[in-house]
Amino acid sequence: METEEKKKHGGVRGQFWRWLISGTVLRLILIYCLPQNLHFSSHPEVSTPLTSLRRLAEGYWLKQSSMSPYSGSMYHGSPLLLSLLGPLTVKRIEGQPSHLLCSLLFVVADIISALLIRSMGQYLQLAYKQQLELLHLADKSKLSDTFPSGDIAALVYLWNPFTLAASVGLSTSPIENLVIILSLYGACKRIIPIAAFGWVLATHLSLYPAILIIPIMLLLGYGPDAPPRKLLLQKGRGESRDTRFSGVCCHKPEFVFSWGPVIHFLFWASLLSVYVFVLCAISVKQYGSLWEMLQSTYGFILTVEDLSPNIGVLWYFFAEVFDFFRDFFLIVFHMNIMFMILPLAIRLNHRPCFLAFIYITITSMLKSYPSVGDSALYLGLLGLFLDELADMQFSFFLFCGYVGVSLLSPVMHNLWIWRGTGNANFYYATAMAYACLQIILVIESVSAMLNHDRKLRSLSLKKRLEKTS
Amino acid sequence: MAATLSRRWVLSLFLVLSTEIVFRSKAVVEEQRREEEFYEELLLRPLPDRKVLAHFHFESRAPPSASNGRHHHLFPKAISQLVQKFHVKEMELSFTQGRWNYERWGGFDPVSSRNAKPPGIELWAVFDAPQGEIDACWKNLTHALSGIFCASINFLESSTMYSAPEWSFRPASGNLRHGFLPREAVCTENLTPWLKLLPCRDKAGLSVLLDRPSIYRGFYHSQRLHLTSNGHAEGGMYSGIFLEQTLTIALQPSSRGTSLSYSSERNLQPSWSLSSIFGRKVTGRCVVAKSSNVYLQFERDLVAQLKNLENHGMNNKSFGNYLSKTDYELSINPDVVYQEEAKGQGKSPSVLYEFSIEKYSDSQPFDLGLKWKIPVIWSCQQAPLHGSRFLMGSGNERGAIAILLRSTASNEDLGTNGGDECKLQVDIFQVVPWYIKVYYHTLQLFVDEKPKATGDFMEKIHIVPSKDKISPGVMEMVLKFPCSIKSAAIKLEFDKGFLHIDEYPPDANQGFDIPSAVISFPDFQTSIPFPNHDNKNSSNLLSIFQERSPVLSYTEVLLVPLTTPDFSMPYNVITITCTVFALYFGSLLNVLRRRVGEEERFLKSKAISESGQLHMLLSKLSAKLRGKAWEPSQPSCSSTSSMISSKLVMKVILVAAFAVAWKYYLD
Repeated sequence: METEEKKKHGGVRGQFWRWLISGTVLRLILIYCLPQNLHFSSHPEVSTPLTSLRRLAEGYWLKQSSMSPYSGSMYHGSPLLLSLLGPLTVKRIEGQPSHLLCSLLFVVADIISALLIRSMGQYLQLAYKQQLELLHLADKSKLSDTFPSGDIAALVYLWNPFTLAASVGLSTSPIENLVIILSLYGACKRIIPIAAFGWVLATHLSLYPAILIIPIMLLLGYGPDAPPRKLLLQKGRGESRDTRFSGVCCHKPEFVFSWGPVIHFLFWASLLSVYVFVLCAISVKQYGSLWEMLQSTYGFILTVEDLSPNIGVLWYFFAEVFDFFRDFFLIVFHMNIMFMILPLAIRLNHRPCFLAFIYITITSMLKSYPSVGDSALYLGLLGLFLDELADMQFSFFLFCGYVGVSLLSPVMHNLWIWRGTGNANFYYATAMAYACLQIILVIESVSAMLNHDRKLRSLSLKKRLEKTS
Repeated sequence: MAATLSRRWVLSLFLVLSTEIVFRSKAVVEEQRREEEFYEELLLRPLPDRKVLAHFHFESRAPPSASNGRHHHLFPKAISQLVQKFHVKEMELSFTQGRWNYERWGGFDPVSSRNAKPPGIELWAVFDAPQGEIDACWKNLTHALSGIFCASINFLESSTMYSAPEWSFRPASGNLRHGFLPREAVCTENLTPWLKLLPCRDKAGLSVLLDRPSIYRGFYHSQRLHLTSNGHAEGGMYSGIFLEQTLTIALQPSSRGTSLSYSSERNLQPSWSLSSIFGRKVTGRCVVAKSSNVYLQFERDLVAQLKNLENHGMNNKSFGNYLSKTDYELSINPDVVYQEEAKGQGKSPSVLYEFSIEKYSDSQPFDLGLKWKIPVIWSCQQAPLHGSRFLMGSGNERGAIAILLRSTASNEDLGTNGGDECKLQVDIFQVVPWYIKVYYHTLQLFVDEKPKATGDFMEKIHIVPSKDKISPGVMEMVLKFPCSIKSAAIKLEFDKGFLHIDEYPPDANQGFDIPSAVISFPDFQTSIPFPNHDNKNSSNLLSIFQERSPVLSYTEVLLVPLTTPDFSMPYNVITITCTVFALYFGSLLNVLRRRVGEEERFLKSKAISESGQLHMLLSKLSAKLRGKAWEPSQPSCSSTSSMISSKLVMKVILVAAFAVAWKYYLD
């Protein structure tokens, strides 16, 4: 991904809008010109049982014929999304491709996401630069404004083939991505109602973003990503010692966790979640209970009922595992996500945005029905940490791996499902390779970030030594 | 005085006696009506494609009775127990091998619409039980039936296998359960228990003809059991049960015996006799049977063709003379000849010959034969629309089911009769197993090969979408087409599901069956009214012929190949996946807790400073306690070492506490 970005970075700043517009035009061209017999929307990489628009249309049809949309096991999404997108799936414009309105909505969602990522990136970079200047490290470190990471991240998100596939392939993941980005944006810019709104909706739509509450609270409590707090403290202490102040921590208020916005956020989040629940209850009241809805949305996500192939690893595992171990492994696999929350939060609490990125990557790797839309989100967010992750290892290998897997996976699927010459193991192997790539990405990016902190620490140490000498 | 007294006494005695006699005779009549009855009948019918249809019809009746309800003379006890225990109001079970050829064997007569069944097992039952208990009754019933008939009917117990059609199959307000087992193989082990229900088994009567090799050589073979009970048993009264057992076979008579030249033999219908098609003769009736008759039916079109031929041959004999004709020859004189009551003008009636076998015995067995003399070609009467069903698409990801209705000749007549206002109602009932995930919003309707809006023709639709591993999808539809319709097609898209390896049958690559759809035409009633010559009891088959029942046909069973996982890999998959998870977990944790040399030094100094801080706090506290001003003291080596040792002690205590708690909890 790094290489991709590096190719683009020259002169990107001025050309951002041009690229944005051309990205939009490309999407529109794809919507119109993509041959219908490609059946892009039924590829398992693009649409999962949760995000497939076809299933949403089925749910809407059931609802229109006064049945519960959850009465079959077709639709597993939110009732709110159903009432938002449902009418668009039915409406046809003469002479236009079917589902045109939905596709346009997804294009708009993509563009808004890209713009939000851009402004988030700009804000993060500005804040980070200020912090470094505070440490007097801005000149020493190689960071400069040649990398407008916000622009790059936005363009990476917009031009990523995965994002293109997700938005053209009629899956609802552009909307899920939009609300996740919205919550992070709100938290960065400290617009608390927006952060709460995004978080509640993201959790409502796909459950896994619930764990983003930790980075959001850290963002609100500590402010955006900064060098390790200890450095600033030491710095403050050193300065105070220099100026011979009697107090030990005069700069303390800057680094203390501020509970005000967090409580504010929690208040908004609980208010909005009650609101969302009430809306859901109203929309499913005619046909069934709220419990039925929860069972067929969150229950479906957590119990991995659908064993149709996708790019994750769980489907084949649960298709093959012995039935009496099923519950055990369900717990183990979901615990794998939960277990890593705390260690990561402790180690990366000074970089909440990066923490959010890591959480999103982990969930999109271990979630029960992953799709390329999830990958598109974390690859876009990766661009935000361009400066910090400049020394990341294996980036070229990862890039090649992503390209290879995304080419091989449809081929293997075709061999297995359509031609019958392949085997389930072939497709599963690509899913495994993809999981390994994501694991390497997570581990390398975390270690690169920690190394970056180490470098900053040694730089500031050197600086202090220089000063004292 | 005495004389008058005596006369009075005699009179009163006479009165008493006479009333007693009257009562007794009444009781005798009632008892007779309440007796259990058994009838056996066989219908033979030549089919246009050189085959013969043999339709055995056995009927047992158990009247409602108060006292001896648990004991039966003729009626099978297993069935009556079934009815009483599971509150069965009506039930039908059919075992079928082969497919009824609607185009050649007809689909518009009582025999085909009642006895043409889908391949495998079909079971439906209407229960006379409260809504909550019906499913339990059904499950127990399937188990009992699978025990009685040596078949895996108990597979219908699982909720994924049965459905509860609301109105398209037959009107029953929620008390109906219906299940298909398309893959069940039917053979003699199912026939033997079926024959055991007959009072004479296959030892006497018409059932002697059921020679296993010859009946299983047939093209179509369907054994059916239909029972009706007269409602709920109340106050010790056991309900009356009406059991109908039929066996329908389409057989190919061997035409070796004919001595005609080859060219004419090709066109000539094969001649046959009971002994040539079954290899046996009827040696007498089942003595407990109230009536045992054999019928030979010539269909309307056949009769019409024969009439035509006669007219051409200038044969001016009236049709009343049925034997030794120029066209065909019967080896035995019929006892009664029935002619259908003509309802339409210009339509020729169908003809039924009745043979009573009461007068035949071992020495003089009954062997009916039909010998054709001239070639005749005719066709059977068909349902207004011929329904067929097929799969569309390739690959193992998705596909589409299409139901195609094509108009038949009989519909054309109807169209000319009815005019513009004429509407043709078609009910469709289709069950789809859950692993065929049907998108009902993709329902498309093509009328005369043009796509049409479904709302224009759909009168009513009821859909129960399938739930994964819980219930099948049920689609019930009422369509109304104009009578001039040529063809109509319904298309539904589906995705193929993926199963757990345990859910695949042993031969997973063979594919999975979608059971037949039921297409019925409620506006069309099949009935062949024959004028009743005898009293009602002697002709049960005729009364069934007269009953008006809707035309019903079943479509083909579809075979859907599903993708299979690798069945030999569970251990590999589990180990490899868990390895990847371990890789993720371990290396991420490693990255998070890894320290570089510089950091370690920093940590050491931090530990020292921290312990120093603790020490500092302690000394602060002690200073405060002592009331002295606190003086910061340099942390010394000895103090840190003592702190470390105290830490160690703390750790040891903690571990010991853990151990104690563990022990305590385990005990």
